[in-house]
Amino acid sequence: MSSPRADFLSGVRVAAPITLGVAPFGMVAGVAAVGVGMSAVQAVAMSIIVFAGASQLAAIELVGQNAPAAVVVLTVVVVNLRLVMYSASIAPHFQRQSAKWKAALSYLLTDQAYAISLLKFENDEETSRRWYYLGVAVPLWVTWQASTIAGVLLGARLPPGLQLEFAVPLVFLAVLVPAVTDRATGAAAVVGGTTAVAANGLPYNLGLIAAAVVGIGAGLVVESLASADSDETDDADDADEMGDREEVA
Amino acid sequence: MATSLGSETLWLIILAGGVGTYALRLSFVALFGRLDDVPESAERALRFVPAAVLSALVVPQFVYTDGTLALSPTNPELLAGALAALVAWRTEDILATLVAGMAGLWVLTFLLG
Repeated sequence: MSSPRADFLSGVRVAAPITLGVAPFGMVAGVAAVGVGMSAVQAVAMSIIVFAGASQLAAIELVGQNAPAAVVVLTVVVVNLRLVMYSASIAPHFQRQSAKWKAALSYLLTDQAYAISLLKFENDEETSRRWYYLGVAVPLWVTWQASTIAGVLLGARLPPGLQLEFAVPLVFLAVLVPAVTDRATGAAAVVGGTTAVAANGLPYNLGLIAAAVVGIGAGLVVESLASADSDETDDADDADEMGDREEVA
Repeated sequence: MATSLGSETLWLIILAGGVGTYALRLSFVALFGRLDDVPESAERALRFVPAAVLSALVVPQFVYTDGTLALSPTNPELLAGALAALVAWRTEDILATLVAGMAGLWVLTFLLG
């Protein structure tokens, strides 16, 4: 009933509409990289080697500001810390794969590949873990590389004065908003953003890392206050968003 | 704002960033069975990484113009950013957010500039 080919294709079908959302993001990464003076080869190599959009854009920003290399690399790692969470969460499903497959599947781990695959794995015992995951992850990878190349080609031909660098924070914004799901993540966002503004003048462009640490701390504090507050109401504050008003359950 | 970082430095950044990112991806997939689970406190903290980091990447871009704080209603980036935030919230769509934000910026720059 479930063949590798069928499982791969059913992954592709779910991933297809999502690749449409990924393409503009990849193009922005390509345009931005050549915009700060990276070579076309470096821009594409970054998409292949790092293969993590938000961290690539953060790195490109910092490269444009001539930040020290160590700070750029550290920022990439901080932006990508969430991948550890995905790795831990999906690991049980990859337990029976060989070491080589584990290495290959891990390379393709992204927000979207993780979210789609995990949903499937939790609701379906039969589906091949490897082939369904590849069906989701491979089209995302291909889209990311193709759209980066398109962005590099486009970026080299665009007239100046279009203020295209503004596309970078817009992409971050589009990813940020759905990440704010409750009061605690809202606090992390508000405090992280405010700290980043206040820390803008920090030496070595360390502002982002400082803001990440303070923002995560704020999220933890709000979460522990909320759970101390409402032991029996069972996390029903999902629909809350950024402006965190006090309305004690 | 062409970078003054040299080609070797850029390659170093790409390679080190790639190795670091891959290590994060591989971490638990490779270690499963040898390590029980993520410590609960670390898992709780990781949940806040996207919100904190992305917001820290976004907000300064909207409120600073040419390196100075510009929290005024005549700052086109701030207004276009607010418009894009609204669109992002209603649609949760990257392309719609991009289009709204860029179109807003161009119109506002024309009107206010």
